[in-house]
Amino acid sequence: MSIVTVQLGQCGNQIGFEVFDALYTDSHCPQGLCSKRENEAYQASCKERFFSEEENGVPVARAVLVDMEPKVTNQTLSKAAQSGRWKYGQHSCFCQKQGSGNNWAYGYSVHGPRHEESIMNLIQKEVEKCDSLSGFFIIMSMAGGTGSGLGAFVTQNLQDQYSNSLKMNQIIWPYGTGEVIVQNYNSILTLSHLYRSSDALLVHENDALHKICAKLMNIKQISFSDINQVLAHQLGSVFQPAYSVEGSCHYRRNPLGGFKDSALYTSWLEPINAFNVWKTQRAFSKYEKSAALVSNSQFLLKPLDMIVGKAWNMFASKAYIHQYTKFGIEEEDFLDSFTLLEQVVASYCNL
Amino acid sequence: MTQSVVVQVGQCGNQIGCCFWDLALREHAAVNQKGIYDEAISSFFRNVDTRVVGDGGSISKGKICSLKARAVLIDMEEGVVNEILQGPLRDVFDSKQLITDISGSGNNWAVGHKVFGSLYQEQILEKLRKSAEHCDCLQCFFIIHSMGGGTGSGLGTFLLKLLEDEFPEVYRFVTSVYPSGEDDVITSPYNSILAMKELNEHADCVLPIDNQSLFDIISKIDLMVNSGKLGTTIKPKSLVTSSAGAVKKQHQKPFDAMNNIVANLLLNLTSSARFEGSLNMDLNEISMNLVPFPQLHYLVSSLTPLYTLADVNIPTRRLDQMFSDAFSKDHQLIRADPKHSLYLACALMVRGNVQVSDLRRNIERLKPSLQFVSWNQEGWKTSLCSVPPVGHSHSLLALANNTCVKPTFMELKERFMRLYKKKAHLHHYLQIEGMEESSFMEAVSSLSGLIEEYNQLDATKSMPVEDFPRLSIAV
Repeated sequence: MSIVTVQLGQCGNQIGFEVFDALYTDSHCPQGLCSKRENEAYQASCKERFFSEEENGVPVARAVLVDMEPKVTNQTLSKAAQSGRWKYGQHSCFCQKQGSGNNWAYGYSVHGPRHEESIMNLIQKEVEKCDSLSGFFIIMSMAGGTGSGLGAFVTQNLQDQYSNSLKMNQIIWPYGTGEVIVQNYNSILTLSHLYRSSDALLVHENDALHKICAKLMNIKQISFSDINQVLAHQLGSVFQPAYSVEGSCHYRRNPLGGFKDSALYTSWLEPINAFNVWKTQRAFSKYEKSAALVSNSQFLLKPLDMIVGKAWNMFASKAYIHQYTKFGIEEEDFLDSFTLLEQVVASYCNL
Repeated sequence: MTQSVVVQVGQCGNQIGCCFWDLALREHAAVNQKGIYDEAISSFFRNVDTRVVGDGGSISKGKICSLKARAVLIDMEEGVVNEILQGPLRDVFDSKQLITDISGSGNNWAVGHKVFGSLYQEQILEKLRKSAEHCDCLQCFFIIHSMGGGTGSGLGTFLLKLLEDEFPEVYRFVTSVYPSGEDDVITSPYNSILAMKELNEHADCVLPIDNQSLFDIISKIDLMVNSGKLGTTIKPKSLVTSSAGAVKKQHQKPFDAMNNIVANLLLNLTSSARFEGSLNMDLNEISMNLVPFPQLHYLVSSLTPLYTLADVNIPTRRLDQMFSDAFSKDHQLIRADPKHSLYLACALMVRGNVQVSDLRRNIERLKPSLQFVSWNQEGWKTSLCSVPPVGHSHSLLALANNTCVKPTFMELKERFMRLYKKKAHLHHYLQIEGMEESSFMEAVSSLSGLIEEYNQLDATKSMPVEDFPRLSIAV
């Protein structure tokens, strides 16, 4: 089963590249540390999931690149092509010129409707190339304008158009001390909209990834490239083919399906059932043994509470609101978002 | 990628503009080794086949043929524009994109705004439309002018309303040179206050500059150059004040050096939009992040480094020094004290080999000494552009929306009131059709309103930070 990835905005595209690179490198890693047959099954499964076959044998990522300004997608496309190992589809990119100005309203209310048809067409083309579609993996940041606003819009569209497929959003939680001043507004608007249309939100915090680079990997001058590679490595190890507990003959057919398993989401769970273990014999990307933990817990409560708090303070002072109302997001919409998120916070608190 | 058009008005505006185009060419020449016309260059330049007569000569791709600045030059005297057109940059300007007159505005805002405004309105619109037509996706107008004279101040601000009406979706970024206390134009307070009202109402973003700060920066550099300290050879081309790429022992005309500083400001402001980086920042993001309320759009800028020493290895300590310098008054382009006032928002635009960890480390380090408004305690906007400016390995431009501009405005108001109380020189203005005493009163009132906004924000400075009560939800 295949996954179609949609990478949105600068962050989404920069990460997307690292993810495909990590997946490719892993699947073609010579030290599988398992039997040849095992390795071949692994490689075949991985390839089918994330890459499609092209004429001259260079695998093509099953991805759609979207950005409202051209610099990043140009770079991403050429980096992939230059590597010679894998590449993006020639026509898989949708680009505009003027960007979204870090404005969620612009991404959602202006770019969304304006480019809906073109973007959904591109995604449709990618879907048609799949033998069977497992679902969508949408990579976006919350702090900016394109990833966040247009990302929310696209996810909603995917919900409408492909209601039977799963949608998992990889969202990047911005640094606490600010990369974008209106990041809290953009974040709460994104979260409240995604909450209604996404099936699962996989969260990575820049602060946490930064700490990993600093403390665990001892990198002195940490760049976004380093951070993205850590992220890609984590994602790769989660998404790579693995056996489920039941059947150790075939790789799990639906990689995203496991996340919809209701057993992961209830609070009053027997400890035995709380873990869903997937195993594989094969090593991941040069590591002999590796484990990845995906959890749904209260860990997100504190950051979420903080973002809602800061956004609320800013909202109460009416700062920057004119930038959003200019493009059709009114105070009402903000209030709706706040209400929904306060409910989420309360729900997690009551666990 | 988008394009920007520079509109340079008056003597000051055109002289700064000229420096800007010179530096922009040098920067792109250094980056663009293959001579291919790419999107970065197209943000400020058109590629034209000069053999084609008339308008059809634009080339959108391929090798660079002849670059033409996306600029409109306006002056009500001919001297400055003529000098530009006879100088080394004459081929960069499209000879049809000029508007000149002979008589000048006599340092009178009313002449610039009312007389020349109505006289040249159609022509100005025509040139602006032409420039816009040559753009694939026009995002921003950069207006460069001074506040104290007649043309830059009057006609320059007349333009703003025109631009707002004609191109409502395009940003208007204004670089305004404010008169210092010892200004030799007696009527500069009148001109400035009248112009301020227009800036308040029709500009998206204003970068105020004052000559005294620029002069102080030059003096500081001179001291460095002439001090002859051991091991302090300065890298040629790295001076923020140099245009010819050589370290001169004595001043060029001081204004040249001063104008180059402003030109560097504009280059750095647009660098992350033109060149790639790991965290891009487009021009529309500047307004989005730094303007929390429409009227409060005055940004204090500071540039570092002012020069680079010749040694190649730059340890992290020096990098951190760059961040500290950006928050030092010595590097500001306007005299103000942001550290003792209230920050509404702050942007750090970094160029060169600087990574996100360097950025974070320095923000953490400098944050405690700065006061941010209660609802924007982490009000930092950051960008990382991989291409450094010519002659440097990295640089930083800090833009602050800070209540420290208030004293500048208050001083301006005081100077105005001193003149106005005596009705000195008023008749020069009132004799112009369309000018009445009420025009002056409205202008002062607009400025007072702005000052009052800053006052209210300042009043919150000493109050404890209290969070607003959140929504309570029934679960």
